Amino acid sequence: MPDRTMVEAINLALARAMADDPAVMVLGQDIGVNGGVFRVTEGLFARFGADRVVDTPLSELGVCGVAVGLAAQGFRPVAEIQFMGFIYSTIDQLVNHASRLRTRTRGRLTCPMVMRAPFGGGIHAPEHHSESSEAMLTNVPGLKVVIPSSPARAYGLLLAAIRDPDPVVFLEPKRLYRAFREAVADDGDDLPLGRCALLRTGGDLTIVTWGAMTSEVLSAAAALSVEGIAAEVIDVTTLRPLDSDTILASVEKTGRCVIVHEAPRTGGFGAEIAARIAEHALLSLLAPVKRVAGYDTVMPLPKLEARYMPTEARILAAAHAVMEAR
Amino acid sequence: MEQAIDIPFTQFLAADGSVVADATPFPADPRKLVALYRALVRTRSFDLRAVELQRTGRLGTYASSLGQEAVAVGVGAAMDRTDVLLPSFREHGAQLLRGVTMVELFRFWGGDERGSDYAGPREDFPVSIPIGSHAPQAAGVAFALRLRGGGRAAVCVLGDGATSKGDFYEAMNLAGVWRLPVVFVVSNNQWAISLPRARQTAAETIAQKAIAAGFEGRQVDGNDVLAVTHAVSEALRMARDGGGPTLIEALTYRLADHTTADDSRRYRDENEVVRQWKNEPLTRLRLYLTARGHWSRDEEEALKAECAKEVGAAAALYLADEAQPVTAMFDYLYAELPSELIAQRMEAVAEADRDA
Repeated sequence: MPDRTMVEAINLALARAMADDPAVMVLGQDIGVNGGVFRVTEGLFARFGADRVVDTPLSELGVCGVAVGLAAQGFRPVAEIQFMGFIYSTIDQLVNHASRLRTRTRGRLTCPMVMRAPFGGGIHAPEHHSESSEAMLTNVPGLKVVIPSSPARAYGLLLAAIRDPDPVVFLEPKRLYRAFREAVADDGDDLPLGRCALLRTGGDLTIVTWGAMTSEVLSAAAALSVEGIAAEVIDVTTLRPLDSDTILASVEKTGRCVIVHEAPRTGGFGAEIAARIAEHALLSLLAPVKRVAGYDTVMPLPKLEARYMPTEARILAAAHAVMEAR
Repeated sequence: MEQAIDIPFTQFLAADGSVVADATPFPADPRKLVALYRALVRTRSFDLRAVELQRTGRLGTYASSLGQEAVAVGVGAAMDRTDVLLPSFREHGAQLLRGVTMVELFRFWGGDERGSDYAGPREDFPVSIPIGSHAPQAAGVAFALRLRGGGRAAVCVLGDGATSKGDFYEAMNLAGVWRLPVVFVVSNNQWAISLPRARQTAAETIAQKAIAAGFEGRQVDGNDVLAVTHAVSEALRMARDGGGPTLIEALTYRLADHTTADDSRRYRDENEVVRQWKNEPLTRLRLYLTARGHWSRDEEEALKAECAKEVGAAAALYLADEAQPVTAMFDYLYAELPSELIAQRMEAVAEADRDA
């Protein structure tokens, strides 16, 4: 089984989905001849042609609207928005149309589309290229929000997103695009949406995270184990629908929880997870839940970026605080 | 700086029912013209009853198409059954011609999602309340129709206000560059709620906005159903033949308030409305048909009675609707209800049961 980067794994999943199902097509800016600004769609244009790998004008709203129209007609469009900072003009299409076409028509029309966008900081990108605004999408009934954290999960989750009969926003942590390789079998098997991935088991502390932060969290968990603290690490993978069961079962076991995300703290999706723990597992808690998150500030430009991003040190500090609480 | 832009304008019938002096020959098969007239009357009958139901608390906020029936009826008449309509919210006439039932329309405007589950035109879009946001979707539908082949086309109807939005420009741009089989019809009723056409855009015509997108824009008298039908038919023929999109600006007038929640006296001179009544679309076609012996007073009375009966029966059916179960909120959200929502669904059911 060859080792692949996340970019390669996503490319493989797109190619697999297109080969398996003639209804699948990809569209977006610079995704055809150029293979995408991150090369995620490399080679697809040559293999599947201009009707299925569609270079679009510079028109995020238009691309998303076209995807809604194609999806309502039974195609399975995978639209790429180059960076999450540019998804905002698609929100009307996502919120008013994609997410509710099934509801509005009582199932007569549906919207099996995927909108992919790289997101998150840490690669010293220009202004507006590093935000993590996933939480706003989690408050849109009818949407699914999926975030992979490894090449193999990216492959399986993207296949599931494309095959899903409802609209899925697939956010790719671009810091992990080429950060490491992992064995990825191009076997066409998808990973179910709506299920957390258990990245590490442990009985002392639960750390819940998603996307690129899994890497800091796993390092922190390794450091904690040296101190004799066994952290359980949960990668949420699908923010909506959320697999609370896995999180609650873990917290009931450990009694301690740290939630880690890159997005701003207030109204971040960590707040929802903390609320669910408070609603359903409060009496299991041995310590207050702690959040390690981005600050409630505008995402800084690259020179201050590292000060914004949650670090392993911040995660360790939160873990220690939670462990010390009685 | 004035730039001369040549926008073709089509009109066959003048307000008094005469054929305009320089009209090109037009298809004048009396059976087809009578069918158009019947559709106009049917639409207005529906409209009047809908307003009446709203005024008596039995329908939600409603957007009347009074005065603009010819735009929607012309669109509906020009389209093939297999084409796909993406309407704004004032195209009741087009929807009725395409097989959406009056009961379904009442349901939607009465606040029941089942009203958008059209039994007839299964691929037609539900009305788009967010202005213009269906325009790029029309490009997507047209893209799909072209990929599948078969000479089908999409028709997107928008208001004059929508043409100020980016959605409209992005859709036009995509449709132009991809030469998509789509027709954009702007029902220019001169008012976007309180904003008059003159303050909506400095462009001399809305039709000319197509020029920048690389395809033809034309104007028609939107109160002349023959002109609308003709222009949309021509545009659809071109779209089917691979000739790409067309923008048709249909010049009409909103005789009603924006919706039943609006009071246009706050911003519009009532004398203007009185003057515009002279241009309304039903009279001219009736006068034309009557003058040529294709329509009689008896037929008029019979049609009115027939429409009243149809509208009354539809209203009765709508008013007798059983409410949707509370579970409907959840059961059409996704193909399969995510397990995290099962508890909420049970909570809603329990609350409804308690209140029953």
